[in-house]
Amino acid sequence: MAVIASVALLIAGQRTQQIDLLRAALSFVVDPIKYLVDLPSTVYKQASESIQSYVNLKEENGRLRDYQLIHQTQLLKLEALEKENIRLRALLENSFKLGEQVLIAELLSVNMAPYEHIVVVNKGTRFGVHQQQPVLDANGVVGQVFRAMPLTSEIMLITDPNHAVPVQVNRNGLLTIAVGSGQINKLLLPYLPSNADIRPGDLLITSGLGGTFPQGYPVAVVDEFTSQLNKPFANITATPMAKLDRNRELMIVWSNSTPVPLITKPSTTDSTPNSSP
Amino acid sequence: MNISYGYSKIILTMILAMCLRILPLSSESAVYNPDWVLLVVIYWSLAVPETVGIFTAWTFGLFSDVLTGQLIGQHALAYSLVVYICLKLHKRIRQFPLLQQEVFIFFCLLLSQLLLFLVKNLLHPAQLHSTFWLPVFTGTLCWPLIYTVLRFVRLAQPVQK
Repeated sequence: MAVIASVALLIAGQRTQQIDLLRAALSFVVDPIKYLVDLPSTVYKQASESIQSYVNLKEENGRLRDYQLIHQTQLLKLEALEKENIRLRALLENSFKLGEQVLIAELLSVNMAPYEHIVVVNKGTRFGVHQQQPVLDANGVVGQVFRAMPLTSEIMLITDPNHAVPVQVNRNGLLTIAVGSGQINKLLLPYLPSNADIRPGDLLITSGLGGTFPQGYPVAVVDEFTSQLNKPFANITATPMAKLDRNRELMIVWSNSTPVPLITKPSTTDSTPNSSP
Repeated sequence: MNISYGYSKIILTMILAMCLRILPLSSESAVYNPDWVLLVVIYWSLAVPETVGIFTAWTFGLFSDVLTGQLIGQHALAYSLVVYICLKLHKRIRQFPLLQQEVFIFFCLLLSQLLLFLVKNLLHPAQLHSTFWLPVFTGTLCWPLIYTVLRFVRLAQPVQK
């Protein structure tokens, strides 16, 4: 009986989305366990924060204020650049996507399956998180929402062997796909020929193809390029920019799916909708 | 023994086992983390087969699926089959010395892992590392610990008023 039921569930789970309701219901029982396991590290973090000395805090505050100032000035330039980009793209008759919203989610320190790179965060469908949303940290792309449940959601990292992200080389716009390797600090680029124009140190950014990841976020840095003479494709590895094994705060992104409308005449750019997020 | 008291023991140990299952370990040591939930289910099905049957195992299998974020049903399938064998053989297994029990547990864990392997292989083949089989061995080594601790828990009397 139980065997038939579980086989039926397996087949149903693979074929349809209906089973997600059952999963959501069960997750109400299981998710508190995840929070329970996470409790010691949260308590440790809060305790270490609250007993930090005044001098340390003051120092950190000063440093953060400096950062804030630097970033603010860079942002000033960004707005002008964005406008200019829209104008230039209008000249090329190309649409441009702008405006993204982020939600900061905190990692729960639980370990699901050792051979899969899936992490759990503390924001779920209650906060409007849904499947396939891109997830970033301060340094680059982390992964995408793999499964959203009411209280938590599971995020597949870009290094998972079942994950691939469409990228382009920032230097020359060469398009390819970065596939996860199963190691936390390594991505593979298996689909480039041996004579491709790519060198160690090249920055890979998301290309925006495929629709899941918005264009232009840093993904990885190429660190090894070996051409295999007897094989059609080169052997290229890259290191993810995001600190996949260290970060506790992640950003879940809602990208604006409707592109900024095409502007026919460059002179009318002043009437474009204000694109500040 | 009071029935509800016995249930609360089982549920508490199961929750503890689920916590152990998703304990945050480094990626090197995580591959050794055995399937605690299955070990505890096996113990209870051997000790109190009239309370912990196939349905209980199936339910905790579903919890285990959701807990580890797998396709729903694979742990449920594995657990219910293993517990079926345990229920069939529980009278004999109870008489075994600990070493012989370990051999039995080894084959139970192997069966469970094999079923999980089959399901995963049907879904997306050739992605699993050979460390996938390590929890079977560590689980077998953990059995004496589980056995003594849970035996102590089972036989502990409620505090007398």
